[in-house]
Amino acid sequence: MSRAVEELNRRMLRARDAIDRAYAQPLDIQELARLANVSDAHFIRTFRATFGETPHRYLQRRRVERAMFKLCETQRSITDVCLDVGFNSLGTFSRTFREVVGVSPSEYRDRAEVKAVPSCFTMAYMRPSSFGEATSRSGT
Amino acid sequence: MYNGINMSQIFVLDQDKAKDFYVNTLGLEVANDLDLGFMRWLTVCVPGQKGRDILLEKPGPPAMDEATTEKVRELVTKGATGFTLGLTTDNIKKTFETLKGRGVEFTQEPTTHFYGTDIGIRDPFGNNIRIVQLAEVMGKPDQPPVKLKV
Repeated sequence: MSRAVEELNRRMLRARDAIDRAYAQPLDIQELARLANVSDAHFIRTFRATFGETPHRYLQRRRVERAMFKLCETQRSITDVCLDVGFNSLGTFSRTFREVVGVSPSEYRDRAEVKAVPSCFTMAYMRPSSFGEATSRSGT
Repeated sequence: MYNGINMSQIFVLDQDKAKDFYVNTLGLEVANDLDLGFMRWLTVCVPGQKGRDILLEKPGPPAMDEATTEKVRELVTKGATGFTLGLTTDNIKKTFETLKGRGVEFTQEPTTHFYGTDIGIRDPFGNNIRIVQLAEVMGKPDQPPVKLKV
């Protein structure tokens, strides 16, 4: 791997960190591309080549992870959790949640157990995988 | 069987740059900087806490072949080295402001959890470092925490 690719990885990581910091905000491809110092046109493709998924999908899974956390750790209503993590519509939230996790937000909340791990760990490690986690899903 | 941790390790891609970041930006101090011939033994520690060192290791030969080196470098730059380092502070707000003033990249601004208030930063290479001001319930950094309820 050339040093240029390492540089590019590092800049893409900077953009990915920005997505994580502002996960409830809409994806601003122009701003992210600027952060990563690549053209708007190349940003999505480069992100995917670097991290294995598009920035949109990355953000969706981050939002679902944050929703899982809030469903477990807070008493907020499902609609509030949906809005808290950046989804505008309950329909999209529920569909995306089920697609990624395999169960609906309310089923997830019912089954959830509070985990005694630092919540920063949860955010860093528990982002639900789109690489096959939801076993109840068929196909992709 | 054991009575402490004396050494942990972080992969860095450039040891001069690493020394500058971990000492001048992050505020650790150099514990050792020795040329062993086959490698530069560069360790840092929390000021005054020599004996609990962090090795700033540059991946490469002779410890690993070129192809492996490239893979390690790729993981570091993609931020895939996991939870690299956790530091404690008694004033997270001040630490955050200081690091912000020094141009540090944040993965997370101060956030309060049950165990304390923490921030997340990246080193220049992509490693993830977390800094926490522990809540009282967690005890002192050098003492075992109150057992968490499961």
